[in-house]
Amino acid sequence: MSRPILLAVLPILLILVIAAAFLASDPLRTYTGAVPPVETLTVERTVLDEHGIGVRVRAGGSEPVKIVQVQVDGAYWTFRQDPAGPLGRMGTAWLNIPYPWVAGEAHNLSFVTGTGALFEHSIEVATPTPDLSANRLIFFALIGLFVGVVPIALGMMFYPALRASGPVAFEFALAITIGLLAFLLVDTLAEGLEFADEAAPEFEGPALVWIPAALSFAALMAIGRRKGRALSGVGLATAIALGIGLHNLGEGLAIGAAFATGAAALGSFLVIGFTLHNITEGIGIAAPMLAEKPRFQTFVWLVALAGLPAVAGIWIGSFAFAAHWAALALGVGAGAILQVIVEVGAYLARAARADGRSWTSRTTFAGVTLGTVTMYATAMLVQV
Amino acid sequence: MNGWWKNAVSRRLFLAGGALLGGATRLGAPAANAQPPSRGSAGAAEADDHGKHDGMITPGEVDHARNGFDPHQILTDWDTGKVSRLPDGRTLREFEMTAEDKEIEIAPGLMFPAWTYNGRVPGPSLRVSEGDRVRIRFQNFGSHPHSIHFHGIHSARMDGVPGAGNVLPGGEFVYEFDALPFGCHLYHCHSVPLKRHIHKGLYGAFIIDPDPGRRGEEQEAARSRVLGTPENARWQEFVLVMNAFDTNFDEENEVYAVNTVAHAYTKRPIVIARDRPVRLYLINVTEFDPLNSLHLHANFFDYYDHGTTLTPTLKTIDTVMQIQGQRGILEFSFKDHEPGRYMFHAHQSEFAELGWMSVFEVRA
Repeated sequence: MSRPILLAVLPILLILVIAAAFLASDPLRTYTGAVPPVETLTVERTVLDEHGIGVRVRAGGSEPVKIVQVQVDGAYWTFRQDPAGPLGRMGTAWLNIPYPWVAGEAHNLSFVTGTGALFEHSIEVATPTPDLSANRLIFFALIGLFVGVVPIALGMMFYPALRASGPVAFEFALAITIGLLAFLLVDTLAEGLEFADEAAPEFEGPALVWIPAALSFAALMAIGRRKGRALSGVGLATAIALGIGLHNLGEGLAIGAAFATGAAALGSFLVIGFTLHNITEGIGIAAPMLAEKPRFQTFVWLVALAGLPAVAGIWIGSFAFAAHWAALALGVGAGAILQVIVEVGAYLARAARADGRSWTSRTTFAGVTLGTVTMYATAMLVQV
Repeated sequence: MNGWWKNAVSRRLFLAGGALLGGATRLGAPAANAQPPSRGSAGAAEADDHGKHDGMITPGEVDHARNGFDPHQILTDWDTGKVSRLPDGRTLREFEMTAEDKEIEIAPGLMFPAWTYNGRVPGPSLRVSEGDRVRIRFQNFGSHPHSIHFHGIHSARMDGVPGAGNVLPGGEFVYEFDALPFGCHLYHCHSVPLKRHIHKGLYGAFIIDPDPGRRGEEQEAARSRVLGTPENARWQEFVLVMNAFDTNFDEENEVYAVNTVAHAYTKRPIVIARDRPVRLYLINVTEFDPLNSLHLHANFFDYYDHGTTLTPTLKTIDTVMQIQGQRGILEFSFKDHEPGRYMFHAHQSEFAELGWMSVFEVRA
């Protein structure tokens, strides 16, 4: 053993001794003796099928949680817990309740623990949970293509027009890209934090988003600049596509989860709105390549990188979904988007300098504004 | 985009979405044409002994031995006190009562930190006769001040309220009064805060049987109410205290019951002989909800509000409601019925589904 390791042993031993002594003497006993244990229970998945209602719950708190009774819509109902027994901290179990739920209506579940605490969970609109089948996968893939791949491909078709318009148009397109990425950054963080809020409290919700965001930003910056040069051209387009792809993965998770919980009724208007919304993403990916002559395959690859994660997201979200994973994925996505904002900004500054102009021009400001406002306005389409 | 899928719900545009996606609807056809489970198939998986309730039950068993009381015994275990004669010839009935804190199991696995009289909820069913002298020595072993406030006729000093018979922890008080008027009454703690002292479990039945000698032409009816007479022996009498428990202290009840344990008389019905009449002493001590009720299936009953009359105050009804603290006597018979299981429960479906559901098993 080397000397540093030996030197680290003493503090580690002391930590263990102090922890053991504290637990053995329990100096807080007088404060906690008469107090019922703190309990938490979070529903992570819900399955509605011909057998009734199934939920996966995750427990937390100061002592194991005993689920002793279950109410559905204010009625005690028989249920089966698998695995049976008290749930330790972070422990999970499935509760299967043979309740004749009503399609299209809301149901409220209450889980009663041995101490009399109630944990409530609402099923907003009861819909049969999709079962895993090839047809189902194809259906979800089609939705994923419509909200992910199609709009990005359409957006990229503006490439020839942008290319024919000269250097000012190039900077304008880059500025639009920065604007749309700024919107996506805010949106991704907000959505990630929303998922983090739904996750079991033991996961320390917001940290699940912010830490992966910071780490993925740092890692992607390091990878992008490993050769000592800032990203440009196809390399920068690829980075943008990756960031947008991660965002679309998160979006797919949300759509899939909405299907799984019956919260989604994906209308044609919404699909169209989503397509319009994401067209801007295609323009953004194409913008850094205006000074180059990329091959057709490069476009195909970039569309796939940015768009296909939506398909994967819907699949994962609808079949095997827990809020903490979505929060984590969206955190990574936010970091990736921040990285490309920095890189596109640097690229824009260099391009402007090469043309003898400042990057803080009216063109840039107009582009950023247009990008953000367009995303905001089309987001309204999918809000309605 | 935040939340678009949630807002999408109200639009019910799923079918339209499918149409846009063309062949996709035919391929996948998710959700829209799927069917919810039928009643039969839902219960089938659990079709053991709970199958007959179609799933609506508090599954499991309550440990009555650990509780120290059994709802089936509470139905009939009258406490008539220690009986002696006073110099003037009247009957003196003496009772010993305590208050103590106790965790009780009110539904399988569900523990409630109760305050109890004599270690049980409801407290002992005191049964005396009209005009008896009643003396109750009350000792408070609990962690808070408690009292016993009797519904009956007595002096202000004996009222069992703050300032008159309110007993501090470790203290003692003797309540003494003449048992009047005859009827179906109750007692409960009247310490403050009132709601908490009652819903934590401090209440019980206080039955005063009529004195046939004072009842003139109604002597016959009066005699049938007097515990221990041959006329009373053919009656099947049960005390039913409608109560409820707020397990998470949000001023709403999580569990409803008669005599404390949810579904106690569903899982094990109350057996009654078909050829003998039934008399229920029904008392409502439910907190938070202004009303409770009892509905008898497949039969009708006569009702004596407060039990203070010997002629029914309501004739031939099958549902009766009581406000908080109200009580009465129900009389009915199954003599012309087929043997079988006859439900009775609160007709507030909410209460019934949260535990106040019971069954008579009528045997030939």
